[in-house]
Amino acid sequence: MAVLKLKELSKKPDLLTGGHRMCAGCGAPIVVRQVLMAIDEPVIISNATGCLEVATTIYPYTAWKLPWIHSAFENAAATISGVEAMYQSLKRQGKIPADQKIKFLAFGGDGGTYDIGLQALSGALERGHDFMYVCYDNGAYMNTGIQRSSATPFGADTTTSPAGKVLQGKAQKRKDLTKIALAHGVPFVAQASPHNWKDLMTKVQKAMSIEGPKFMNVIAPCNRGWRTQTNDAIELSRLAVNTCFWPLYEVANGVATVTYNPKKNRRPIAEWLKPQGRFKHLFKPENEWMLAKFQELVDDNWRSVVNMHNNSHPGETIDPEEGKTW
Amino acid sequence: MKKVAMTGNVAVANAMRQINPDVCAAYPITPSTEIMQQFSTFVANGQVDTELVTVESEHSAMSACIGAAAAGGRVMNATSANGLALMWEMLYIAAGNRLPIVLSCVNRALSAPINIHCDHSDSMGARDSGWIQIYAENAQEAYDNTIQSVRIGEHPDLHLPVMSCMDGFIISHSIENLELLDDPQVRDFVGPYRGTTYPLLDVNNPVTYGALHLQDYYIESRRQLHEAHKRAKDIVVQVGKEYGKISGRSYGLFETYKMEDAEIGLVALNSAAGTAKVVVDEFRAKGVKAGLLKPRLFRPFPYLEIADALKGLKALCVLDRADSFGAAGGPLFIEVRSALYDLPKRPVTINKIFGLGGRDLGLDDLRKVFEELTTIVDKGPKSLYEYITVRE
Ligand SMILES: Cc1ncc(C[n+]2csc(CCOP(=O)(O)OP(=O)(O)O)c2C)c(N)n1
Repeated sequence: MAVLKLKELSKKPDLLTGGHRMCAGCGAPIVVRQVLMAIDEPVIISNATGCLEVATTIYPYTAWKLPWIHSAFENAAATISGVEAMYQSLKRQGKIPADQKIKFLAFGGDGGTYDIGLQALSGALERGHDFMYVCYDNGAYMNTGIQRSSATPFGADTTTSPAGKVLQGKAQKRKDLTKIALAHGVPFVAQASPHNWKDLMTKVQKAMSIEGPKFMNVIAPCNRGWRTQTNDAIELSRLAVNTCFWPLYEVANGVATVTYNPKKNRRPIAEWLKPQGRFKHLFKPENEWMLAKFQELVDDNWRSVVNMHNNSHPGETIDPEEGKTW
Repeated sequence: MKKVAMTGNVAVANAMRQINPDVCAAYPITPSTEIMQQFSTFVANGQVDTELVTVESEHSAMSACIGAAAAGGRVMNATSANGLALMWEMLYIAAGNRLPIVLSCVNRALSAPINIHCDHSDSMGARDSGWIQIYAENAQEAYDNTIQSVRIGEHPDLHLPVMSCMDGFIISHSIENLELLDDPQVRDFVGPYRGTTYPLLDVNNPVTYGALHLQDYYIESRRQLHEAHKRAKDIVVQVGKEYGKISGRSYGLFETYKMEDAEIGLVALNSAAGTAKVVVDEFRAKGVKAGLLKPRLFRPFPYLEIADALKGLKALCVLDRADSFGAAGGPLFIEVRSALYDLPKRPVTINKIFGLGGRDLGLDDLRKVFEELTTIVDKGPKSLYEYITVRE
């Protein structure tokens, strides 16, 4: 694995060009660029319908300087399965050079991955294609106007889970897709965040060194849907990690590792929720219980991730309560 | 050339073995299951070079086929009914991206009520998807069409996906005597793959597939698909002739049976045409000038040629093994009747919807239709379209 040096990375060609038409301050293209920058081999991408796809390929323009295919919303994993299968077939038949290395990636939003694309993702992971699926999780169906998905956090005000007089935003907790992917027994599963580019890119590099299906779930703030400022995507992803809402970890060949432990940087969840307009109603006095419940959900999830880590690293255990000073 | 006895499904699977596609997807559904099942054995025994993608649904089957074809190789698949319906979204995308995937559609009725037997509601529902559709009367034709479909779809002037249809159970599961070409004959006939101009796997020349076309470009893209369909007719004929040279069986846009001097006639797709031929012979023996037209190419619909072939008739019945609920007749009838509109003198034309969900079409049913045709020339039809082979 090459050492990640900013100076070297800055010389790499940008395979997703500037002027790609994503919103100012969107987290998704930052995630994509970091992923692509970490890979040295040629890459082919399958992209699910969603903001990333729609914005970057408005005909006759394309922002992609690599082979890229979008076919539909729910099938990025199935589509890349076909591309990869053709690669394997032609390689086996000697129709493409034996030393031609290509990496296969799929990108999808949380709607296209947690919900409508879950079956295709599960199928592709189970079949064992040599590819990596990257979900950029912005916590809702953003392209169609901020509808709730199974990745939307508890309590969030979205256009299909609006906070009203009777209902207080999304009533359900999030689906834990990273663990669902892990349950497929694939060789690499990880969560990452664009504020910690080194961690994200190291995970991508590691994933690329492993043959078989890989899954990465990356938080990608959306200032339109989260109702925040255009300049705080990175700060909010940092807070998501430091509040333990979005633990950074990986499970590589069965070894679970928390790759970042907030320790003294740990913050209560309210600090991540506060700047986001979608959680405004949680700060009404009568909704105090929601804040408490949210914190509970976060703590439960962190404990379960830490547990996996501790089982894999009995000599380097983490105390899940560490840093919880409030 | 080898004479064999096999079912329609096994014949198609053997055509696929001889074609040796680079990638296939497989997902089971009666009555097409056996095709990919048989083909899996060819893969397992190393008789083909195919990478078999055993997908988790037909939606993913067609999605994987799309990815594979865009990657730059030959791709085939088979399905029926609900499987085709689940693919529906992706059928349009395969055609819109101009990917020459060949799909064997073993015709079966769509739910509800759920049923596993033959009718054409599945492929007729996909008739506007941009796929070429070819229909087969028997296992021999299904085999021959499968091989020709590869050449048609991959033709540089087309690059279109092709749906090769045969009747579920009636043909897919009946053992028939037929002739298989020798493996090298098929290999030479289909030739090397040339169906993808801009393969994704050409990483040195990156391309974007599936870009968003808004008001400023979408209609031009669809227009190109429209124009490709206009070119398809001649290519189907040309490939059918070439195929005749190696097999002794030439193919065109449709088959006519005793139509030269016919006064009353039927139009019927697929296996029903076999039954119709028997009844045509009976009526001919009685001195009635009966005939049959069996369309082969349904998309694009060769409306000029079909109108020309039917223009001498006084009365005509179009048989539809599918309904288009609420329309003025079944899907085949609507096409044929529209084709006849520009004739200076049109036959009196009626439509019978028959055989849904595998209900048998008997000789008696068609005898009644011919008898009706002999009376309506003067009296006019009692109804434009109606169901037959149905309990009233
Ligand atoms: C089968 C289907 N259903 C619905 C849609 C409409 N649709 C297009 S994009 C989109 C939202 C995508 O949300 P997500 O996957 O979270 O990605 P994001 O837009 O947030 O980037 C939806 C619902 C579609 N294109 N296809």
